[in-house]
Amino acid sequence: MKMRNLMTLALAAYMTGTIGAWAAEDGQSFEKIERGRYLAVLGDCVSCHTAPGGKPFAGGAALETPFGALIGPNITPDVATGVGAWSEEDFRRAMHEGIGRGGARLYPAMPYPAYTKVTRDDVSAIWAYLRSLDPVRNEVQPNQLRFPFNVRRPATSTWDLINFQPGVFQPNPSKSDVWNRGAYLVEGLGHCGTCHTPKNITGGDRGSEALQGALLQDWYAPDLTEDPRTGIGSWSIEEIVRYLKTGANSYDIASGPMAEAVSNSTSKMTDADLLAIATYLKDRAPRSGRAVTALAAANPRMVAGQAIYEDRCAACHSRSGAGVPNLFPRLASAPLIQSVDPTSLIRAVLIGSRAVATSAAPTAPAMPAFGWNLNDTEVADVLTYVRNTWGNAASAVQPEDVSKLRERLSSR
Amino acid sequence: MARKLPATDVLIVGLGWTGSILAHELARSGLNIVAIERGPWRDTATDFPPAYAQDELRYHIRHDLFLRPAQLTMTFRNRASETALPIRSWGSFMPPNGVGGGGVHWNAETWRFLPSDFQMKTHLTERYGEKFLPGDMTIQDWGITYDELEPYYDKFEYLCGTSGKAGNIKGQIQTGGNPFEGARAREYPTPPQKQPYGPTLFAQAAKDMGYKPFPQPSGNLSQAYTNPLGITLGPCTYCGFCEWFGCGNYSKASPQTTILPALVRQPNFEARTQCEVLKINLDGSGKRATGVTYVDTSGNEWEQPADLVLLCAFQLFNVHLLLVSGIGKPYDPRANEGVIGRNYSYQVTSSVDAFFDDKIFNPFIASGSIGMCIDEFNGDNFDHGPHGFVGGGYMGAVQTNGRPLQTTRTPKGTPRWGLEWKEAVAKNYLSNYEAVTHGSCCSYRDVYCDLDPTYTDRFGRKLMRITFDFHENELKMSQYLTGRLAEVVQKMGPRQFETKPRRGPYDVTVYQTTHTCGGAIMGADPKSSALNRYLQSWDVSNLFVMGATAFPQNAGYNPTDTVGALAYWAADAIVKQYLKSPGPLVQI
Repeated sequence: MKMRNLMTLALAAYMTGTIGAWAAEDGQSFEKIERGRYLAVLGDCVSCHTAPGGKPFAGGAALETPFGALIGPNITPDVATGVGAWSEEDFRRAMHEGIGRGGARLYPAMPYPAYTKVTRDDVSAIWAYLRSLDPVRNEVQPNQLRFPFNVRRPATSTWDLINFQPGVFQPNPSKSDVWNRGAYLVEGLGHCGTCHTPKNITGGDRGSEALQGALLQDWYAPDLTEDPRTGIGSWSIEEIVRYLKTGANSYDIASGPMAEAVSNSTSKMTDADLLAIATYLKDRAPRSGRAVTALAAANPRMVAGQAIYEDRCAACHSRSGAGVPNLFPRLASAPLIQSVDPTSLIRAVLIGSRAVATSAAPTAPAMPAFGWNLNDTEVADVLTYVRNTWGNAASAVQPEDVSKLRERLSSR
Repeated sequence: MARKLPATDVLIVGLGWTGSILAHELARSGLNIVAIERGPWRDTATDFPPAYAQDELRYHIRHDLFLRPAQLTMTFRNRASETALPIRSWGSFMPPNGVGGGGVHWNAETWRFLPSDFQMKTHLTERYGEKFLPGDMTIQDWGITYDELEPYYDKFEYLCGTSGKAGNIKGQIQTGGNPFEGARAREYPTPPQKQPYGPTLFAQAAKDMGYKPFPQPSGNLSQAYTNPLGITLGPCTYCGFCEWFGCGNYSKASPQTTILPALVRQPNFEARTQCEVLKINLDGSGKRATGVTYVDTSGNEWEQPADLVLLCAFQLFNVHLLLVSGIGKPYDPRANEGVIGRNYSYQVTSSVDAFFDDKIFNPFIASGSIGMCIDEFNGDNFDHGPHGFVGGGYMGAVQTNGRPLQTTRTPKGTPRWGLEWKEAVAKNYLSNYEAVTHGSCCSYRDVYCDLDPTYTDRFGRKLMRITFDFHENELKMSQYLTGRLAEVVQKMGPRQFETKPRRGPYDVTVYQTTHTCGGAIMGADPKSSALNRYLQSWDVSNLFVMGATAFPQNAGYNPTDTVGALAYWAADAIVKQYLKSPGPLVQI
C-alpha cells in the first residue's frame, strides 16, 4: 500500500515535471506535514471536500448556493481525479487568488477571499499535508450551478473586482499577539465570514457588515459581533472557547452547519487558538442595528404562543426559558433566539435538529420535529412568544415565512 | 447456509443495558466489538419525542416498544402435568425489543438487593434451621457478596444519576434513607425526586406507626446530571409515562441517555440491528464458543466468528439461546440435575386500593419511580419464625402514573361497565390511591424452563417452555405483606379500602411485573449453577451470560440496579482477569 502510494506520487511528480523545482526545503518533513494537518483542521477543508460517508478529502460534499450547488472537488493527490498533477504554485494560486490549475477561475464557494490571508508558509504546509494523503480515485463534477452561472468564469472576473481583495493577513501592531492570531484565524483559515457575513446580490461579502449574521442553506449563521442581544456580547471568552471546543456552553449547543464545523474543526483546535479566536471576537464592535422592543405579553400572538410553549416546549426548555446546559438550549437572553432572521428557529421547530457530539460533550441531544402537528401560524406564534419573553426582544415571526420554509424543506 | 464473516474479538448478543455496559467497558480496552440486536435502533428524539411519547394506546395497549410474539414467543404451563401453549399476546411480563432493551421502557426504580439476599440459603438456614425451608425450595447463595458488588452498584448508579437518599453510608445510618440497606460508599448522585401528596401521606402514616419511610431510589432524575461519560440527562417532568414508554425528555436513565452516545463514538464498536441470533456456535469439543449465527431481515444467514461471546439478551432469551445452542446440561426436574432452565423465578406483587372522600391525589403527577416506601418487611429484615414463610418485599405509595385509559379503579360493588361504572371512575379518579408491595419469589424444583416438545419458531427452533406457579411460601408472604400494608393505608384515613394479596394460580395473561429471572444462574457449584461468580459459563469459558438470568432466586426489589452492577462486575473480571489469561476464572 505504502509502496503504491509512493509510486503514484513519484509518477505524479514526473508527469508534471516538477521534480527538484522547489527542493530548497524538505517538503516532506514530519514537522511540515504535521503542521499542515493541523492547518487543514483550522481551515475545515475536510467538510467541503468529503462526501457523507466518503473518504476524507476525496471530494463530494454539496454546498448549496442561491445559484445552484457546488461540489467540493477531490483534493487527494490522485492524478486523474484529484490534485495529483498540481504543483505547489498551482495550489498557492488557488488559495490566494482563486485561480485553479490551468487558469480556471474558482467559484468563491472555495473561500479564497478568506484564504488569501493565509501566509505562504502555511499554504505550503497544507500542501505538504495534502500531498501525503493516499490518492483516491473519485471523479467529482464540482460545478452543478444553474445556467447561466455554470458557464466557465472568464479569466478576469467582475465578481473578483467587486468582492475580492487579495493579500496576506497584515497584523495590527497595536494589538496583542493573541489578538492577531485570532484575527488571522477568523479572517483567514477559519473563514468564519463565509457563513456569518451577510452577502451582496452577487454572493460577495458585505465588508462593512462582517460577521453580523447571514443566511445560507436555509440556516441562519448568527451574529458574531459584540451585540449584547443578537451577538456574543453576553458570552465570556471562556464561554466562547467552551462552545467551540465542546459544541455547547451555558447558552447554546451547535447544530446544523456549525455542528459540522465544531466536529471537524473547532473541537480539534488547540486551546491557545480557541482563546485567540475568542479574544479577537470579543474585541469587535457590536452590529449597528436599531433598538428592538419586545412585543407586549398581551399581544394575541404572544398569548397563543405562550399556550403552545407551555404545552410543547416547557418540559425540556423549562417555563423560565433557562433550558439545561449541554442538553436543552437556553432560550432566555439567547442570541440565536433573538436573531434578526428567524430561519434557523423555524427550521428547528419544523423538522427538528441534532446537536453536535464531541468527546467532551457526547450527549448529542436532538430537537424533535413539530412540523407535522403544528401549523404555520402555531409555529410562528410560539416562536414569536419565545423571541419576546424572558427579556428577549425580536421581530415577530410571520406565518408566511414558516410556510415558505416548510415548502423549501419539503422539496429537498 | 450461513455465510462466514471476518472474525471479531467480542460478540455481544443484545444491545440493552448489559450489552451497552459490556460493549463500552470492553471497547475502552481496544477490542473490536460487534453487537447484534434483534430489534431496531432507537433514539430519543427520533423514536419517542415528547410530541407523541405519551401515547397510552400505542405503547401500553398496543405494545409498540415490545417484541412481537409472531417473531418469537415461548410456551407456558403452570405445572408439569399440563400441556404448555404458546403465549400469543404478552400479559404477565413484557419482553423488550430493540436497542436499549428493557432500559427504554422501565419505570427506573433503582434498588440494591440486601446483603443477606446474596447468601439467602446460608443466612436463612443459619437463622431458622434447614427444616424451616420447604423441601422443594431450591434457593441458593449467589457465590458473590454484597460487599464485593457494592463498587459496581455505585458505578451503575453514578452512570444513571440515580435520585435518592442514602440510608447507610459506610455503616453510618442516615436519617431519611432506608436504614435496612447495605452500606454504600457514598450518597446517591442526585437528591430524591419530589413527592406528591399520596406518598407524603403514606410516609406520615408509616412514620406514626414506627416505620422508617424513605423515598424510592429513582432513575428518573430530580435534576439535570452529567455522568462520568460526559453524557447529560435532564430533570424529570413527572409526566407519568415511564413504564411501557420511552422517555422523550432525556430524564430517564437508559442506555440511550447514559451510554450509547459515548459508545457510538468508539471506532472499534459496531452494532447490527434487526439481526436475530439463531444460536451460539461451539467448536468440536463443545467447550469453546466460536461465534454466533444470525439472520438479517432479508432472511440471509450469517456466521460471525468471535473470540469472546457475551450473551446480553433479556433473561428469557438468554436461556432459550443456551438451550437451542446445546450449551450446559438442560435441567431435569425429576432427577434434579442439570443447570440450564433451573431456578426460573418471578416476583410476587400485590396492592391495597383505598378510596377517600376528602383527598385529591392528582395521580397524573407521576414518575415511574417516585414514592415513599418502607423496608421493614423485606428480605430477612423481620423475624420470619412465627410466620412460616421466607422472603419479603418493599411496600409503599409509588405514584407511577394516572394515565387516562387504564386508571379506572373503582370500589368493590361497582358495575364493570355502563353509566354507573363511568360515574364511579370519574368520581374516584382523583381520590383513590393504590399502595403496593413488591415481593420476592423463591425458586423451586418444579419451576423451570426447557424446550417445548411441540411448538417451534419461524426458523424451526423449539420454543422455550416455562413451567411456573406460585408456591405456598409466596402466597403466605403476600398475604402477610399486604396485611401490613393495609394497616398503613388504613392510617391514611380512607373511606374504604380493599386488600388484594396475590393469589394463585399464577396467571400469565395478567400483567404483574417483567421481573422474570433465573434459568442460567450463578453460583459456586457447577452442578447447581450454569455460571460461576463472574457470570462465566462453567461449560464454555469464552461465554459470559448477563442479566437477571443469573439470579438464583428473586429478591423483593426491582432487579435493574443489580443487573447493572453484575454487568460492571463481570466487565471488570473480563478486563482485569480473563483478557490477560483467557480460560475459566474459577477453578473447581
